[in-house]
Amino acid sequence: MTTANMRQIGVGILGWGVALVMFLPILIIGVTAFKTEQDAYALSLIFTPTLDSFREVFERSHYSTFVYNSMAVSIISTLLSLVIAVPAAYSMAFFPNRKTQKLLLWMLSTKMMPAVGVLIPIYLLAKNTGLLDSVPGLIIVYTLMNLPIAVWMAFTYFNEVPKEILEAARIDGANAWQEIWHLLLPTTLPGLSSTALLLIILSWNEAFWSLNLSSVNAAPLTVFIASYSNPEGLFWAKLSAASFLAVAPIMAVGWVAQKQLVRGMTFGAVK
Amino acid sequence: MASLTIRNLQKRYEEVEVMRDINLDIADGEFVVFVGPSGCGKSTLLRMIAGLEDISAGELRIGDQRMNEVPASKRGIAMVFQSYALYPHMTLYDNMAFGLKLAGKSKAEIDAAVMRAAKILHIDHLLDRKPKQLSGGQRQRVAIGRAITREPHVFLFDEPLSNLDAALRVKMRLEFAKLHDDLKTTMIYVTHDQVEAMTLADKIVVLSAGRIEQVGSPHTLYHHPANRFVAGFIGSPKMNFLAGTVQGFDGDFVQVQLDNGGIQSVAVERGALKAGERVTLGIRPEHLHVVHGSQIIPATVTAQESLGDHAYVYADCPAAPDGLILRVPEEEQYRPGTALQLGADPQRCHLFDASGQALARVKVLQAA
Repeated sequence: MTTANMRQIGVGILGWGVALVMFLPILIIGVTAFKTEQDAYALSLIFTPTLDSFREVFERSHYSTFVYNSMAVSIISTLLSLVIAVPAAYSMAFFPNRKTQKLLLWMLSTKMMPAVGVLIPIYLLAKNTGLLDSVPGLIIVYTLMNLPIAVWMAFTYFNEVPKEILEAARIDGANAWQEIWHLLLPTTLPGLSSTALLLIILSWNEAFWSLNLSSVNAAPLTVFIASYSNPEGLFWAKLSAASFLAVAPIMAVGWVAQKQLVRGMTFGAVK
Repeated sequence: MASLTIRNLQKRYEEVEVMRDINLDIADGEFVVFVGPSGCGKSTLLRMIAGLEDISAGELRIGDQRMNEVPASKRGIAMVFQSYALYPHMTLYDNMAFGLKLAGKSKAEIDAAVMRAAKILHIDHLLDRKPKQLSGGQRQRVAIGRAITREPHVFLFDEPLSNLDAALRVKMRLEFAKLHDDLKTTMIYVTHDQVEAMTLADKIVVLSAGRIEQVGSPHTLYHHPANRFVAGFIGSPKMNFLAGTVQGFDGDFVQVQLDNGGIQSVAVERGALKAGERVTLGIRPEHLHVVHGSQIIPATVTAQESLGDHAYVYADCPAAPDGLILRVPEEEQYRPGTALQLGADPQRCHLFDASGQALARVKVLQAA
């Protein structure tokens, strides 16, 4: 066996190892969800699978309501973010001024601040405007939360588009909206769809704001999971079943779209 | 078709003035070439005409309409970009039809216009392809085709051939000349390649550092450059410049004493020139010859380059900081280190005063 072969096998084993470690929590959740509460405390893989936990979870709560809320909040906030981010990134990429770079950095810097720092003002704002525990309220918060990422990513993709293409369109009689619609969106579609996918995943997994700003009416799946951890003790099997149900849809979406996601992430890097 | 008038045009980026005092008249149907070194402002000027850059001051008129505030699409212009700027996700047909679709033209009209342009450029068999499936030359044709479908009053070309290889460049250059003959539309063409400028232009505009140095026919620019910059920029290899002093005047001739002791007569109008004044003598490589006699420029050969039918000899001369180049017949061979005595016909010499302005030539021999 040559050294090159050995190295390849070594890298393979390492890769699988890292992947397994990262996947382990999800695997444990997946396995535990099919155990009884008694079996759940043991890490053993030998047990009789049962759907009891799922049955109990469905009996106790309206899973579909949580799914509906998660979908509504993540999809609508993602669309809103993009609708705002695309024109913003267009102007920053194609009509930059001295402040553009600073503005971009400032937008990103807001993501570095701990969210809990603005919890009280945002909670009070939501309460006073009647948006507490409402889907529109969460949509607004998620949109604002994801906007810097959306603008930053769209800006990066737009920067890859040659300026002359838009100038040619301008001479052809296109206005700013037509430039965006007929040229910018089609040429940066892989990048923008991966941005959208990332925003959906981020919104779907967001727990801090959903736990603090919603309880009954607008609660998404993150709240649904949290409701299985209560002061009387943890019910591992039910908690796992709930978590499994919460992450399954977004994992399915990610699985189907992973090719697109990878393509979008490397868009422009490879010509 | 339309004429174009530029008056006192100025371009500033915030406080930095990049173009000033641009005055230019372009007649209907003329082929005008903007030429100059990189950064001279030729592309900026073209983009101001196109409406892609704001005009800071002055006035631009196309036909009899003031265009300063008119958007690019309403100026009656079409532009071909250096990078072609084709729409990458559209077929060639859609690339050429895009502007007409936006203008709300009917399908039949669009079809007719696209087919007409495609036929002129021989790309009618490629219309369902995407730009990335084409060669550089074909992309260039599509870019021109897109411009033709707009039926503009003025065509603007921004270094359209600089991305093509040498052979294709010559071929496309001829096609540009033919296109102008066929369409008879006003064309403005930006290039840094003086061969393109000399071969294509009815009128050349030489720019340098944001100013127009000279406007004229290729013939005028070559034989009557207005200043040292134009004299050095037009012509390849470039004109030889020798530093010297006015020694005296002899009829129509100005006697120039060169810094290395050589003497050369120049047939220019003396104007305000006085004996003892510093001047620069200009002689093109094809007009500098090996001579024997009293009026000579001493020089030492450093190298010889053979080009098949003729050769260039490079020589050192203390009066010429950039060295000298002379064109000799192929069969003449000069070894490095050979001492040469050079001279030129006074009527083929150029003279520039201390500020670099040319003195008018008295009687010009034009044939080489």
